[in-house]
Amino acid sequence: MRFMLLFSRQGKLRLQKWYLATADKDKKKMVRELMQVVLARKPKMCSFLEWRDLKVVYKRYASLYFCCAIEGQDNELITLELIHRYVELLDKYFGSVCELDIIFNFEKAYFILDEFVMGGEIQDTSKKSVLKAIEQADLLQEEDESPRSVLEEMGLA
Amino acid sequence: MPAPIRLRELIRTIRTARTQAEEREMIQKECAAIRSSFREEDNTYRCRNVAKLLYMHMLGYPAHFGQLECLKLIASQKFTDKRIGYLGAMLLLDERQDVHLLMTNCIKNDLNHSTQYVQGLALCTLGCMGSSEMCRDLAGEVEKLLKTSNSYLRKKAALCAVHVIRKVPELMEMFLPATKNLLNEKNHGVLHTSVVLLTEMCERSPDMLAHFRKVSLVPQLVRILKNLIMSGYSPEHDVSGISDPFLQVRILRLLRILGRNDDDSSEAMNDILAQVATNTETSKNVGNAILYETVLTIMDIKSESGLRVLAINILGRFLLNNDKNIRYVALTSLLKTVQTDHNAVQRHRSTIVDCLKDLDVSIKRRAMELSFALVNGNNVRGMMKELLYFLDSCEPEFKADCASGIFLAAEKYAPSKRWHIDTIMRVLTTAGSYVRDDAVPNLIQLITNSVEMHAYTVQRLYKAILGDYSQQPLVQVASWCIGEYGDLLVSGQCEEEEPIQVTEDEVLDILESVLISNMSASVTRGYALTAIMKLSTRFTCTVNRIKKVVSIYGSSIDVELQQRAVEYNALFKKYDHMRPALLERMPVMEKVTTNGPTDIVQTNGETEPAVLETKPPPSGLQPASQANDLLDLLGGSDITPVIPTAPTSKPASAGGELLDLLGDLNLTGSPISAPAPQIAQPPFLLDGLSSQPLFNDIAAGIPSITAYNKNGLKIDFTFERSNTNPSVTVITIQASNSTELDMTDFVFQAAVPKTFQLQLLSPSSSVIPAFNSGTITQVIKVLNPQKQQLRMRIKLTYNHKGSAMQDLAEVNNFPPQSWQ
Repeated sequence: MRFMLLFSRQGKLRLQKWYLATADKDKKKMVRELMQVVLARKPKMCSFLEWRDLKVVYKRYASLYFCCAIEGQDNELITLELIHRYVELLDKYFGSVCELDIIFNFEKAYFILDEFVMGGEIQDTSKKSVLKAIEQADLLQEEDESPRSVLEEMGLA
Repeated sequence: MPAPIRLRELIRTIRTARTQAEEREMIQKECAAIRSSFREEDNTYRCRNVAKLLYMHMLGYPAHFGQLECLKLIASQKFTDKRIGYLGAMLLLDERQDVHLLMTNCIKNDLNHSTQYVQGLALCTLGCMGSSEMCRDLAGEVEKLLKTSNSYLRKKAALCAVHVIRKVPELMEMFLPATKNLLNEKNHGVLHTSVVLLTEMCERSPDMLAHFRKVSLVPQLVRILKNLIMSGYSPEHDVSGISDPFLQVRILRLLRILGRNDDDSSEAMNDILAQVATNTETSKNVGNAILYETVLTIMDIKSESGLRVLAINILGRFLLNNDKNIRYVALTSLLKTVQTDHNAVQRHRSTIVDCLKDLDVSIKRRAMELSFALVNGNNVRGMMKELLYFLDSCEPEFKADCASGIFLAAEKYAPSKRWHIDTIMRVLTTAGSYVRDDAVPNLIQLITNSVEMHAYTVQRLYKAILGDYSQQPLVQVASWCIGEYGDLLVSGQCEEEEPIQVTEDEVLDILESVLISNMSASVTRGYALTAIMKLSTRFTCTVNRIKKVVSIYGSSIDVELQQRAVEYNALFKKYDHMRPALLERMPVMEKVTTNGPTDIVQTNGETEPAVLETKPPPSGLQPASQANDLLDLLGGSDITPVIPTAPTSKPASAGGELLDLLGDLNLTGSPISAPAPQIAQPPFLLDGLSSQPLFNDIAAGIPSITAYNKNGLKIDFTFERSNTNPSVTVITIQASNSTELDMTDFVFQAAVPKTFQLQLLSPSSSVIPAFNSGTITQVIKVLNPQKQQLRMRIKLTYNHKGSAMQDLAEVNNFPPQSWQ
């Protein structure tokens, strides 16, 4: 995978993870362009499209578009499964996740993604294993702070 | 100083902004606060501030002043700090900035941290955005972690190693020892990432590939895959009843690389591939994902034919799936295999044709490309009907490609001349404005060659533009034909259908309308004016009218028209005795091989009155010298130049000498030159216009080759053999462009050894669009009576990124089936 984007129907970016070093300016341009292309797609169209020299796999969950750019030899269908697995992880973590969860806890969304995918490839195919690691890491954060919980620190509690 | 506001609070506040300006103001205010907080070197709130900065960065605001703060967070002892610090580093820093190198030491320390989650953070950051320098410095640490027994770290180290190898390929060797027992792990995370690592190594290095084949990696992978399929329900890795599909897909992909071009490896995996192909559940996307990968693998390795047929049938079933995503990947895969497994794909032709009616644009495009690849002598009538219907109803973005494809296919497989002309007419009337400009001269040539159809053709064309003369290519062809065969039109000689009653005046009416109309392009007006002029020798009653029209345009604002009119005027006045000869019926335009230099290929659709010369232009000489030029360019004394038959596009330019025209041709299309004196050749070159279907399914099965691949330009050759003449091979070239800019004015030339003969038909266009978004196709016919090994020299010229490019190459990798 080259990069993953999450954005709303109004074209607001909620998450961007790049797995290939790209200049900021180029990133902005690509995001703008791709959002335009994907948002213009009609509901009956298939989830794959060609864009520049990449294949783009996208899926809409409620008000959020999950968009992955993959390379020529990557399997589009399994990428759909990857996206679905990420959504499942978010869902389990936040309990029925919605866009607002991701807006207000964007750093958590990143942490979860970084525990699931690294360098564009899946690290662990077990949902349980990924969620457990996140849970443990969260605990570490809590233990870190005394007396004040770090969750409060970050405005979470 | 009051405590900086919390992250969630900031987010809430910013979301209340009603305008962009309001948001900008809030952001600026907060940034100022954050800046002063940073200046105070406050450890407590640094984490909170950076988190807020990251949020604002995501909204699109600059956040570079936070980069150093991220580094400070990473260096902190608190896990919370590190977590945000590393995230910030991944989002804000990149290898272009020197400051990222300051991270290296921190990462090194954290890779050796006592807490595995800290180690994990470090591995993740390195594995996502580590620069080459960082990778070099830290590769040793990663290698160490690759050998740890902690599966949490091992799996991350494997992916980190993948990134290191991508950045610094020379370091690949050092990871080899650690790979020895990676696959002995039970942990699926380690297994998955290890397979990814092995894949990366095998793809990058042929030595590694050979090594892994030798150490029996294939049987090991087969075993793991078998276990996954046969083992019972495993809740941890189950997805819709399938055990760890992600791992299955990665293993299949690695098997593909190992089996490619290797008989032993391919044989070792035959059984498991068959097993996966037949046993995988297909009701959900996840099962189909595995099948898809299996099909890709089967098609790419040296699999037995039974397995290949199985794979294509899976794709055929995919085409019938309700899920459009599945249909899409099926079409993509079939497109890749249609050359090598032509017969098998033909069986699914009707399903593919149905996909032309799909609602999705990407599916339609693929179906169209695949349909063109499947057209052959046997199915051409039926396929063309479908494709013409498609042309009628498809989106504008397809029409040009579809029209070109239809022309090419019609030329190759037309069952009769009448059918061919009708098909051309249908395309011109349906998608007349989308037809590429260089199709016009090609069509004109085809029409002149179908001598017995002239009356029919001109009648149909006349009727077509009578109602509507806005489609330029149609009007151009029609004008030319009317100018050429107007006498047949008014005399009502048509045999093929009911002749219409047309008077000379009515014909001139329509041509004059074209001349006057705002819709007509300059080029089209040129065609019309010349057509009117030519009719002066074909019509009897309206010569005065023609004289009048011509003299009016002598003062036209359009310089081109003005020049022509002036010259035609002169023809009427001073050179009237020459007029009949100059405006004579055009000879049949084709490559004539029998009589040597004097039989010259006429190059374009326009006779140009050589007003300033008293003798006909020595058309024999110029082309001969061009033939020599081609010889020089292509070198070698045993090579004869190819003489392409395609006439060029533009009507005569100013100046009006036939010589100039031939000069122009070099720029636009295939050079026209005299054939070297040769013995009389069998008329195979007219094959495309004969009434018999020439090619059938036997032609399938010849592997295609990549003839040229340099600087982003790739040219593939696909082959077909004629069943009426076994010495004929038809090569279809496809040129694609993977760079970011279009290649324009593309010209393909070829030369073959003396014992061969070559005929180049005209290309589908002269522009290769960027990003592999389209191709130029061109057909070459080779006659090889002595069944010698085919060799070819090619010359490519094109414009790219503002400069003229040129290259010569030899093609030596023709498969034996293409010439034996």
